[in-house]
Amino acid sequence: MKHLLSAADLDREEALTLLDTAEELASVTDRAVKKLPTLRGRTVANLFFEDSTRTRLSFEAAAKRLSADVITFTAKGSSVSKGETLKDTALTLEAMGAQVIVLRHHASGAAQRLAESGWIGASVINAGDGTHEHPTQALLDAYTLRQHLRGGSGDLQGLRVVIVGDILHSRVARSNVALLTTLGARVTLVAPPTLVPVGVESWNCDVTFDFDDSLSDADAVMMLRVQSERMNAAYFPSAHEYSRRYGLDSMRAAQLPDHAVVLHPGPMNRGMEITAEVADGPRALIVDQVANGVSVRMAVLYQVLSSEEGAA
Amino acid sequence: MAAARVLEADDVGRVIGRIAHEILEKSRGSSGVILLGIPTRGVPLARRIADRMASIEGHPVPVGSLDVTMYRDDIGLRGPRPLSATDIPAEGIDDAIVVLVDDVLFSGRTIRAALDAVNDIGRPRAVRLAVLVDRGHRELPIRADHVGKNLPTSLAESVQVHLVETDGVDEVLLGSRDAS
Repeated sequence: MKHLLSAADLDREEALTLLDTAEELASVTDRAVKKLPTLRGRTVANLFFEDSTRTRLSFEAAAKRLSADVITFTAKGSSVSKGETLKDTALTLEAMGAQVIVLRHHASGAAQRLAESGWIGASVINAGDGTHEHPTQALLDAYTLRQHLRGGSGDLQGLRVVIVGDILHSRVARSNVALLTTLGARVTLVAPPTLVPVGVESWNCDVTFDFDDSLSDADAVMMLRVQSERMNAAYFPSAHEYSRRYGLDSMRAAQLPDHAVVLHPGPMNRGMEITAEVADGPRALIVDQVANGVSVRMAVLYQVLSSEEGAA
Repeated sequence: MAAARVLEADDVGRVIGRIAHEILEKSRGSSGVILLGIPTRGVPLARRIADRMASIEGHPVPVGSLDVTMYRDDIGLRGPRPLSATDIPAEGIDDAIVVLVDDVLFSGRTIRAALDAVNDIGRPRAVRLAVLVDRGHRELPIRADHVGKNLPTSLAESVQVHLVETDGVDEVLLGSRDAS
């Protein structure tokens, strides 16, 4: 695996290899020495054109646990404000020795462009490109679901996952539909009609506008953030109406089966798509997701960097 | 050329018995001894040696597994290898006598990686090495404390260890590289 650009590129075997690798790497966190020497001497560059807390910190922690060096670039306060392009910024990072570029960009397709344009020889990991994909988020969600509902091994055959909210702007939803269905889960998207993307009928999932209908047989509910920063029009009448119809409160959580779990990729708008009571409740795996994110990203960095020369 | 069987199932059993006795003799009993098998075939070997030691001594001997993949020196040269489980007995390895167990000792690079891995987990009183077959051709200054069979080989030959747990049969085969 030279690059990781899209969750849709992963077949079942590759996805399971990544999850199994992450499962073994997770045990490093419990040791006295929380570090492996595997990527000693390699350099990972975080190239972030868009704001991020979890993803950037998580990639940084993952790279450091594997003993790689980390260079972090954030667009704010850089020469991007002077008009420097993605290409020149990436060339700069590669000239400083980066073998992997972890890219987050506001333009959909930016990671693929960087990987396939021939500008650089480094590997590219997509850490979120516009409203397109966020493959490592889907991997950590699949890992978290597998850990809690499948005992930490095998695939997600037959699991029913409901993804609720701003599907239109959500790269998390897009990546999750691709990966979870590859692993055998059945995905239902729930959103107001204005927040369902055009062409969704070609996705491998069901779509409904009624949240309450899909609660009783869900094994997992994944709540999405309403991405007001990407909204240039009125997609719903008011925040209050949105949270009444599509928010997860304790009334709705009570209708879920006993074993069902609640996920949220963060950052949360508490009170909007999820109430604080549910977010801090026993079903919520939101903190687990963050912890698992580090293990999953260690697995991705290991796969990408260890095949770098071998596959050539 | 067909591979020659250099150890039969009975031989493998006898060799494991002898290694168990040697470990007990050298450490004056099994107290403080922990066996760590190196995946894949070192793990069932370690388990069998521990069982034999337990039946001699009359009390169980802690046994675990130690995956060395992330400590190897050829990462990036051979493509990604799948990881195996590391399972350290709950009492930890601090101040214990750790006996690493592997099937074949060859270049010594796997053992080098294992020593680094042990170092990150704790500080044992001593680390020893038991192998079923020593085929020579060391590339590092490493030797085994307990050897099941010394098997002088040429680099053109391959040594394959088969165990009931992983392959359905106990045997050691010596063949040519391209046939394997």
